[in-house]
Amino acid sequence: MRVPFKTSHRHDIRLFADRYQALRYAALLTLAIALPFLLDDFMIGEVTGVLIWAIGGMGLMILTGHAGQISLGHAAFLAVGCYANVILMDRFGLPFPVSFTLAGIVAGLAGVLVAVPVFRLHGIYLAIATLALTMLVEDIIVLTEPWTGGVVGLTAPTITIAGMDVDRFSSPDRFYWLCLSITLLVTLAYCNILRAPLGRAFLAIRDSEASAQAMGVHVARTKAAAFGLSCLVTGWAGALLGHYFYTFNHEVFTVVVSIQLLLMIVIGGIGSIHGAFYGAFVVGVIPQAINISRDWVTAVLGTSGVAVPGLETGVFGLILVLFILFEPYGVHGRITKWKTYFELFPFYRRDLFRRQKSYLKTERIR
Amino acid sequence: MSLLEVSDVTVRFGGITALADVTCSVESGEIFAIVGPNGAGKSTLFNLISRFCEPDSGDVRLNGRSLLDRAAADMAALGVARTFQNIDLFETSTVLQNLLIGRHARRQASFASQIVFSPAVRREEIAHREAAERIIDFLDLHAHREQRIAGLPYGTRKVVEVGRALAMEPRLVLLDEPASGLSPEEARDMRFWISDIRTELGITIVMVEHDMGLVSAVSDRVLVLAEGRVVALGTPAEVQSDPGVVQAFLGVGAEPEA
Repeated sequence: MRVPFKTSHRHDIRLFADRYQALRYAALLTLAIALPFLLDDFMIGEVTGVLIWAIGGMGLMILTGHAGQISLGHAAFLAVGCYANVILMDRFGLPFPVSFTLAGIVAGLAGVLVAVPVFRLHGIYLAIATLALTMLVEDIIVLTEPWTGGVVGLTAPTITIAGMDVDRFSSPDRFYWLCLSITLLVTLAYCNILRAPLGRAFLAIRDSEASAQAMGVHVARTKAAAFGLSCLVTGWAGALLGHYFYTFNHEVFTVVVSIQLLLMIVIGGIGSIHGAFYGAFVVGVIPQAINISRDWVTAVLGTSGVAVPGLETGVFGLILVLFILFEPYGVHGRITKWKTYFELFPFYRRDLFRRQKSYLKTERIR
Repeated sequence: MSLLEVSDVTVRFGGITALADVTCSVESGEIFAIVGPNGAGKSTLFNLISRFCEPDSGDVRLNGRSLLDRAAADMAALGVARTFQNIDLFETSTVLQNLLIGRHARRQASFASQIVFSPAVRREEIAHREAAERIIDFLDLHAHREQRIAGLPYGTRKVVEVGRALAMEPRLVLLDEPASGLSPEEARDMRFWISDIRTELGITIVMVEHDMGLVSAVSDRVLVLAEGRVVALGTPAEVQSDPGVVQAFLGVGAEPEA
């Protein structure tokens, strides 16, 4: 394992540990920017989807991975962001940058409002309270038909930025770049929070509330901040999701989506920004892989299609169970171990990453 | 005026009276030890001072100002730090990060400036790291700076917890059993550190401790509690010869063995 030798305090708060890491990320960014020239429109659409889910994943990661508060209600905040953005564009004629920003803020404020009554709840009780929220928002969407279009839903208008049309179908490349730049901004802000006092306060309330209080961390305020930031980012993901789906109604934001977000960050690796991206990738790729393997199985067996209902959910569930059993730190944890294996070869020991606790308190039911 | 005054404090948990009319005061610059058998109310008194529990009656004052309307999270800013009996560190973070969380009450950066990580935040973070580094120097924690708490041995964690309290730059530090579970060498180191905290850093110390060797070596005054009541209060020598103390620890009518 390479440990960078730090020679100044400045070194300790840099975004990148060393020049090689900075170069690797620069290369990744260049590839990401150039991607529309390398892939066809369908694939770019898929990658855009992964980016949007990564934004949503980062939203939940702040709350669950870093502040240690579980939420099964984040589909509700996706919905708030999604509807707020389109309503602000359609009804108030606001340009996308304004409506998008406001949509996030609306979702964030909704998050703070939710945090106030539920902040005394832990673990499974918090999960249940937030689960109820998803169901509630679904009903509210149907009931407030004049604004939300009820069961029929809404259609996202075309985005215009600086005179250019940005549309999922007619200009998928521009929409991809829009999502990419928002992903970048969110990731950067997330990194900044983690190296600032706020991020440390999140870790503090996750690991020990009593201790955090003794350090001067106001638990209720910090939880409200975590909920607010988390829902702000999730609301932005929701706003982009609206444009990505083009038409949407209440059925898009079900409990299943909440669970899928949570699965994403657990599979990706809870407690790391990388995890949100890995999770989004896995969640984006698996349905495609199942579809392709379906065709393949059909071709090999010559039967009339393997149309097993609920196959995707089953495969997701299986993957989650395997991860929780064998790799609690998800894809990110697994990759870190592989990297360490090669860096230390042949001195890697199996127990190198063994901790006294193999899980975060988030996952423990109190 | 005393730095810390506890006056006529009573705390009840249901039918149990954990503290009954306890009065004591701690002078600035003092090392004040609280001893007593299990269940005497030592930890309750600690939790009371650090605002983790509420008294049924009585008052706790710091510099003459009542603490009863303050929350536990306000105590850090008032200059009161504490450690916990069963080490309560942030397990998934490194030693340095733990010390930096100790600096939380001293942060000045606004919410927005933290998100953009402005130059002001950068300067502040460097200043916090310099402060943490002084603690690392003081407690000789260099070897563990970047290690996670979860992988550290018990004795080191105990020191890190003291360091985290010191990183808060408090006026008063409450040490809950600083030497429990330590090896004789570690306990000796801790003894020197406790007296250094007073002489070099000028911090007043209140500690709960069972190790009478440590208590009599470092403390100026000792408060003996038993069943929630004050049994004796005085210098270590006075307290050890007090008949009430012998009775509380060894039982009624106990005679020293011949």
